[in-house]
Amino acid sequence: MAVKSYQAGVTQYRQSYWQPDYMPLDTDILACFKITPQPGVDREEAAAAVAAESSCGTWTTVWTDLLTDLDYYKGRAYRLEDVPGDDTCYYAFIAYPIDLFEEGSVVNVFTSLVGNVFGFKAVRALRLEDLRFPIAYVKTCGGPPHGIQVERDKLNKYGRPLLGCTIKPKLGLSAKNYGRACYEALRGGLDFTKDDENINSQPFMRWRDRFDFVMEAVQKAEQETGERKGHYLNVTAPTPEEMYKRAEYAKEIRAPIIMHDYLAGGLCANAGLANWCRNNGMLLHIHRAMHAVIDRNPHHGIHFRVLTKILRLSGGDHLHTGTVVGKLEGDRASTLGWIDLLRESFVPEDRSRGIFFDQDWGSMPGGFAVASGGIHVWHMPALVTIFGDDSVLQFGGGTLGHPWGNAAGAHANRVALEACVQARGEGRHLEKEGKDILTAAAAHSPELKIAMETWKEIKFEFETMDKLAVANK
Amino acid sequence: MAVQAYRSLKKYETFSYLPQMTPDQVRRQIAHAIAQGWNPAVEHTEKGTPAKASYWYMWKLPLFGEQSVDAVVAEIEACHREFPDQMVRFVAYDNYAQSQGMAFVVYR
Repeated sequence: MAVKSYQAGVTQYRQSYWQPDYMPLDTDILACFKITPQPGVDREEAAAAVAAESSCGTWTTVWTDLLTDLDYYKGRAYRLEDVPGDDTCYYAFIAYPIDLFEEGSVVNVFTSLVGNVFGFKAVRALRLEDLRFPIAYVKTCGGPPHGIQVERDKLNKYGRPLLGCTIKPKLGLSAKNYGRACYEALRGGLDFTKDDENINSQPFMRWRDRFDFVMEAVQKAEQETGERKGHYLNVTAPTPEEMYKRAEYAKEIRAPIIMHDYLAGGLCANAGLANWCRNNGMLLHIHRAMHAVIDRNPHHGIHFRVLTKILRLSGGDHLHTGTVVGKLEGDRASTLGWIDLLRESFVPEDRSRGIFFDQDWGSMPGGFAVASGGIHVWHMPALVTIFGDDSVLQFGGGTLGHPWGNAAGAHANRVALEACVQARGEGRHLEKEGKDILTAAAAHSPELKIAMETWKEIKFEFETMDKLAVANK
Repeated sequence: MAVQAYRSLKKYETFSYLPQMTPDQVRRQIAHAIAQGWNPAVEHTEKGTPAKASYWYMWKLPLFGEQSVDAVVAEIEACHREFPDQMVRFVAYDNYAQSQGMAFVVYR
């Protein structure tokens, strides 16, 4: 090994951290950043700076660098690529040795990769587009407490997407009235109802009261219909201690599923809760409040496909993925990309869906994709086509806004869903023949018929802000 | 009126919110299951068993590798003849997902 001597001062980052001939190891964590450099900073230098600041480096040489083998520990920028259609920025690929990260800690992955570097002056904007986790690292993470296959068996639901509903108004109902809304939706035919993300334990409805009334609703609806049902009891709390207390109580009253907000609640709390769920046979629904703050700007932040991978490693049986067709943001190809990252065991690189690396999940279970937000019966054919069976389709207003109430709204959703699944099995094209399929089903379901009349004209056709780079400009 | 209509209606998971399927509709779903590479099976149970009961009685072992819709329908019919007062369901095992690709009640 070459002997080095200490020379104080500032060197260019590229001398140590730009290494175009580097062949990434199978055990490296690979990152693709979209870098918008400051004027006058060349591409290699900015990429090397990002590699340095997100691994071992700082702005100056320090004598203690020579006490270790930095060539072993440093991150390396090894490839640059143009962003199609956008010359203000470019992609930089960086490889990090696996030993830079604590085992099983996506928290540590983020404290390095999306830490100080995002405020670094040499870059004007920075976005983490994708991460490749080596199977060696995947194996150290807990992952979904149960996964798709176990959840289907626990709930006895086969051959179709599951149906859910977020209870509205989001805030302000008393616990007992809230339980009524759940009961009606569940007895009408839904599999799940859901606490909205901003329902925690407010003065108008404390968590324990909500849990009690909601579980009475779930159990009565199960008894009437004979089907298994659940309500995502939101245990997101101000402190981990309080979160675990709520989870324990949910278990005590035999709730099958609880929910957590993994970004607002935090990744440390999430991994802990996922472990608790695995140990206690509790399904875990994951909401993603705050994600759009992080992932919507195409030049800065973290892409949702990265947040999806982080959640799968941290642990969750369901994750909200957007609807493509509803009221919230989501490009179709890109959404299909992160849905695969949530559910499949191997996802190959595919730039047309924004996936920059092969990702091997090994034996880690997948989670259900949750489509929620501004959807109603007319969207059903498209939703079944886009999301397939391993999904939860959540109709909030699309259940509760039915002119005859929640039970009829739920019934309409279930009939529409089953009609689409049946038509799919018969080889029909759901998106092209959607209207015929729903109209035929409505002939024997007055609930569906009136739902179709109620929401006939509602569409959500705005431009997506964050398009895949192939479509930029 | 609409709210009352839902009282105490027992349901049996997938397709139980649609009218009873015609024999032709049943055949098409079985053909779909076979085309997915799934293994057909037939199960039955007493009427009144709730859908949330995981285990029904097996009518023979699953028909591993069966490619004929006629053969599957014949087993469903034989099961129904033997247990005319019971519910009969079709199950398709997906051995890759280690799950059931589909399951629905043929005779309610």
